[in-house]
Parts: sequence; C-alpha cells; structure tokens
Amino acid sequence: MNSYLPPIEHYLWLSAILFCIGVAGVLIRRNGIVLLMCVELMLNAVNLLFTAYSTYFQDSAGQVFVFFIMVVAAAEVAVGLAILVMIYRNTKSVDISLLDKLKN
Amino acid sequence: MGIYIAIALFSPLIGFAITGLFGRFLPKNITGIIGSTSVLISFICAIVLFNHFNGGGEPIKLMLSNWISAGNINIDFSFLADSLSVWMMMIITGVGFLIHIYSIGYMPHDEGFYKFFAYLNLFIFSMLILVLGGNYVIMFFGWEGVGLCSYLLIGFWYTNAEYGYAARKAFIMNRIGDLGLLLGIFVLFNTFGTTDYQTVFTSASIANHGTIELICILLFVGAIGKSAQIPLFTWLPDAMAGPTPVSALIHAATMVTAGIYLVARSSIFFASAEIASTLVLVVGLATAIVAATIALKQNDIKKVLAYSTVSQLGFMFVALGLGAYSTALFHVTTHAFFKALLFLGSGSVIHAMGGEQNIRFMGGLSKKLKITHFTFLLGTLAITGVPPLAGFFSKDEIMTKSFYGLDSSIVFILLALTAVLTAIYMFRLYFLTFHGEFRGTEDQKAHLHESPATMTIPLMVLAILSCIGGGIGLSSLFSHHHYISSFLQKVLHNREIPEASHNFELIVMIVSIVILTIIIFMTYRTYISKKNIPLSSEDETGLNKVLSRKYYFDEIYHGLIIKPIEWISSFSYSFIDRKLIDGIVSLSARSVSFFGQNLRRIQTGNVEFYLLAMVIGVISFLVIYQLI
Repeated sequence: MNSYLPPIEHYLWLSAILFCIGVAGVLIRRNGIVLLMCVELMLNAVNLLFTAYSTYFQDSAGQVFVFFIMVVAAAEVAVGLAILVMIYRNTKSVDISLLDKLKN
Repeated sequence: MGIYIAIALFSPLIGFAITGLFGRFLPKNITGIIGSTSVLISFICAIVLFNHFNGGGEPIKLMLSNWISAGNINIDFSFLADSLSVWMMMIITGVGFLIHIYSIGYMPHDEGFYKFFAYLNLFIFSMLILVLGGNYVIMFFGWEGVGLCSYLLIGFWYTNAEYGYAARKAFIMNRIGDLGLLLGIFVLFNTFGTTDYQTVFTSASIANHGTIELICILLFVGAIGKSAQIPLFTWLPDAMAGPTPVSALIHAATMVTAGIYLVARSSIFFASAEIASTLVLVVGLATAIVAATIALKQNDIKKVLAYSTVSQLGFMFVALGLGAYSTALFHVTTHAFFKALLFLGSGSVIHAMGGEQNIRFMGGLSKKLKITHFTFLLGTLAITGVPPLAGFFSKDEIMTKSFYGLDSSIVFILLALTAVLTAIYMFRLYFLTFHGEFRGTEDQKAHLHESPATMTIPLMVLAILSCIGGGIGLSSLFSHHHYISSFLQKVLHNREIPEASHNFELIVMIVSIVILTIIIFMTYRTYISKKNIPLSSEDETGLNKVLSRKYYFDEIYHGLIIKPIEWISSFSYSFIDRKLIDGIVSLSARSVSFFGQNLRRIQTGNVEFYLLAMVIGVISFLVIYQLI
C-alpha cells in the first residue's frame, strides 16, 4: 500500500486550532447548546491528537483511550442536555448568562 | 529511727488537715489542743532523735519516694536528720509548741481561731521540711512553704488593707531572695549533677573555686531575703502586722533563721569561699548597725523588737562570715528563746492594753502585769547580754571570734557599738512600757489585767530558758566543754579561730557589765526621772527623724524601684500593649477584611467570567512552566 501519510505536525496544528475554537466558543457564546458543542469540539481535538500519536508511535493504547473519552463525552452530553432542558423549563431560555444565582 | 522523722514531719500536717477542715465545727479549746498536741508529738520525736545524736549517732536518711525523674534529673523525696537539722528541729518544735499554747490564750475571741491554728501547724510542717530535707530541692520546697505561711499569717486580719499590703510586701521581697537561691541550686546541680546533700558535700572539692564562690553568693542572696538583711530587710518590720504569736514564732524565732540554717548547712562551701564569706560578714555587720540605730527611735513596741530581730540576725551573719558556724547556731538558739519571750511578753502587754502598741501611751504596767513584767525584764537582760543570761554568752562569743578571727579590730568595735545600741533601745522600751506613769486612756487603765495562764506559762518557760540557755555554750572562762560546737562539729566546717585568753574574756565581761549599768542608769534617768516621752515620728527633727523614718529605706525603694517599674508598666500598657500589640492584631484583622471586601467583587456569578479566569490561569501556568 502506497499511501501518503501527512507529517505529525499537521495533526498537531489541526488539533490545536480545533481546541482553541472550542475554548473561544465556550468563552464567547452564551447559548447553552452551543456551549456543549464547543466542549465536544475540545474533546474531539484531544481525541484527534490521541489517534495521531497512537499511529505515530505504533501504540494502540491511545486509541483505547479515545473510546473511553467518547463514552464519557456521550454521558456528559446526556447529563448536560438534561440540565439544559431543566434550565429551559425554568427560565424559558438557554442563555447561561441568566444563571447568576451564585452571586448572592 | 527513720520513723521518728516521718512522725515528726506528718504530725503537724495532720494537725493542719484536722484544724483546717473541721476546725470551724469544733469548739475553740479542742482546736487549740489538737493544734498544740500535733506539735508536741513532733517535739517528742525531736527529743528522741536528739538523744540519738547526743550519743554520737550516725545521720539518718529517710527516703519516701522518687519525686522528680526526668532525663538526668533525679530528685528524691528524701529527708536527712543529722545533728544540725535535729538541733533546728528542737528549736522549731519546742518554741513552736510553747507559742501554740500561748496562742490558745491570745486568740480566743478571734473568728479565725481554727484558721490560725491550721496555718501555724502548716508552718511547723513546712519549717520541718526545710530543716529535714535531704537535698536542696526539698529544702526549697519547705523554704517556699514557710514563705507562704508567713504571707498567710501576716495578712491574717485580711480585712485591714494595710495588713494585706504588708503580707504582699513580705511575699514579694522574699521572692527576690528566692530567685537567688533558686539560681544557686541550679548552678549547684549543674556542677555536681545532683542536689543531694551527702553526695554534694562529699564531692565539694571537685568544683573549681569560682563556681563555689558563685554558688555561695547566690545561696546567700536567698538567705538575705528570708533572714531580712540589707537590702531586703524592710519586709520584716512591716510583717509585725500579723498576730503577735506569729511575730514570735515566724518572724523572730524560726523562719527568719532559715537563712542562717542555709549558710550553716552549706558551710563546706562557705568555708572555702573567701569572697562570699566576706560579703556575708559585711552585710551582717551593716544590717546589725543600721537596724539597731533604727530601733532607737521606734515607738511601736513590736517594731522595736522587729528591728532588734533584724539586728540580731545581722550578728548571726557576722558569725557565719567569720566561719564560726556553730557560734551562729548558738546565737540562733539563745535568740529564739529570748526574742520569742520578748515578743510573747509584748503580746501580753498588747492584750492587756486592748490592742494598743504605741509605747508613748503605755507606762507603769509593772504594777498590773507582774508575771509579764518580770519575764520581759529577764528577756531584756538576756538580749542586752547581762552575764550569766543566755544572750551574754552567745553575743560575747561572736564578738570574741571577730576579735581573734580577723586582723583588724574594726568589726569587733562595730559589734560592741551595736551591742551598746541594743542595750539602749531595749531599756528604753522596757522603762517606757513598764515604769513611770500610765499614759493611756482611763478605759485602758481600767481594762489592764494579767494574761491567762496559757499565756503566762509559756512566758515563764521561755524566761527560764533565756536564763540558763547560755549553758550550752559556756566560754572557756567557765567551762572546758563547749556543748553546742561539739554537738554540731560533724556537720559544720568551722574555721579554726584561736581560743580567747581568759584575761580578754574577763575584761569583756567586766566592761560590758559596767557599760550596761551606765546605760540602765541613763535610760532610767531619761525616761523615768525626767519623764521624757518620745516624740511621734512627725515631730522628730534632724537625725532623729531620719532614724524614726528608717533612713527613708522605704521611700528610697519606692523612688528607685517601684516608681520606674510603675513607669515602665504604664508605658508598656499605653504604648506597647495598646498601640503596638493591639495594632498588629487589628492590622491582621483589617487586612483580611480589606482583601475580603475587594476580592468579593470577582465573584460575579457570571459563568463565562469563571471560565475565562480558568483559561487564563491554565495558560499562565503553562507559560510560567515553559519559562522555567
């Protein structure tokens, strides 16, 4: 098989850019659903990094980790969406900047 | 034999417990009998022990238990009876018993009767601990115990604020001396690794000379406090605030001689410490003279006797400084007899006068108080040194030793001068109190009466002892056997001082009789024939005023020590405590509150802000990590 493997740096850059987009999204956006999506983006950026290194070092442990992260992410989204539903029921909105009850 | 030590020690303690706990429910007579009996039991034990040593017995050691055991410190609760401690025991329990009996007659109308006996018993117990302790720490335990009892008994009539202050003064001045004693014990322990008498004394030669001097000086500082020597003597005259039996027992016969005992007990050190011995001599001599001159102008019957006590203690320290330890103990013994007698006599006078203590308002009491008068006269003759009464032999021996033991005769001359002063103030006191016309009120005159038998019997016993007490130390002119010095020679390390020649003794005796006769005649003329009545201290002028105000010692101490301390205290309070320390405390409180106030603002409740902060935090961690 004569396939072209891009160098590892490309994966690193892609992963870093995806992670930064995720962070920026979490910081900037107020919509709860978008927020969760941005968190997913960050997790997937990490997943990408894991698989890239797994191939690079010829070590399957990294890929096993990715599965774990996916499971955790699915569970997290399930809980997160449930919370969002509850927030929506109470405030008729998914804008998380309304959630400032901690202040007092 | 050890059992006798234990009985002697614990009998007064049991007496203290019974009178202290149940005294208020018992009739006064019973309380008094219990208190006196407990001391009598001790006295009987003391006689048994005395017989043992009289027959040349070996020292007895009684070890009760281990007391302090920590690291290399090992202090036993042990007691040591040797001829010195048994001699002191005889004085303490013997005179103590007589004074207990006397107190039954003196205190019957006092509400605190049971308390008085409880304290007296506790005092006897502490004093016995002091003299019987087998090491310096046990001795210190007794030393503090007697200090406590002294405090309690001076302030016995605590509702009078003045008496309370006198008690505090005695306690605090004693603490100053105790600090020296405590340091001395520390140095001793550091040098020898133990404070046990027998071990320390047998290894005394291993210490270097400077350490011995230091130990002796520190121990002597303790003795200065307890035995009321210059500069710490001003508490003793004020201690006369206590009931008269207390003055007789604690502040004349026993407790104040604890300093003498301490020095005599450590005689093996003092014998080789020239500087410390010289210090003892000089302090004793200065005290003897200063106190005797002050006594010349006191008008309170007890104050005169108090200054006389201070002066006589000075005599004893002169003997100690000369290295004549057994002579000092001899004077301790005779002094215990005649000074207890004089104090109890004055108590009888005060009792008859309904509490009046000022001799300006007495006079002519000899007609009504015949026994008191006669015994007081014997006491006066004994203290002034009329041969053959007790005081003559002991005082004469100190003077002889000072003449033969030193190169210059200046000490001898000063001691002789002090003896003359002693005679003057004692006969002044005697004539003003017992002769001439009565100067009190009509009520007092009607009230005058001889004291009950419980008071007069101790007076008579002590009077007999004051007369024959000199027999224990007859000078070579009369006898070849000096009883007390041979009894104590195993314990005391007396310096060799040549025997006085018989001619010298004879001359001293004749001269002293002649001088005493002149003094008696002069004081009689001044106070009886010319009817001179001493002025109150406000009306005195010039030197007389200085003497009646006690050389302004109290005022000087007040200005030099108390005022600066008060100033430092108020400075510490207003600046160091209120400004500095409180400032630091409120600074920490205020800074916490300041940061709290300001940091509160970052808790916005805004989730994005928290996230932003977290991201910035993580990034800055990474950056710092990279940079490092």
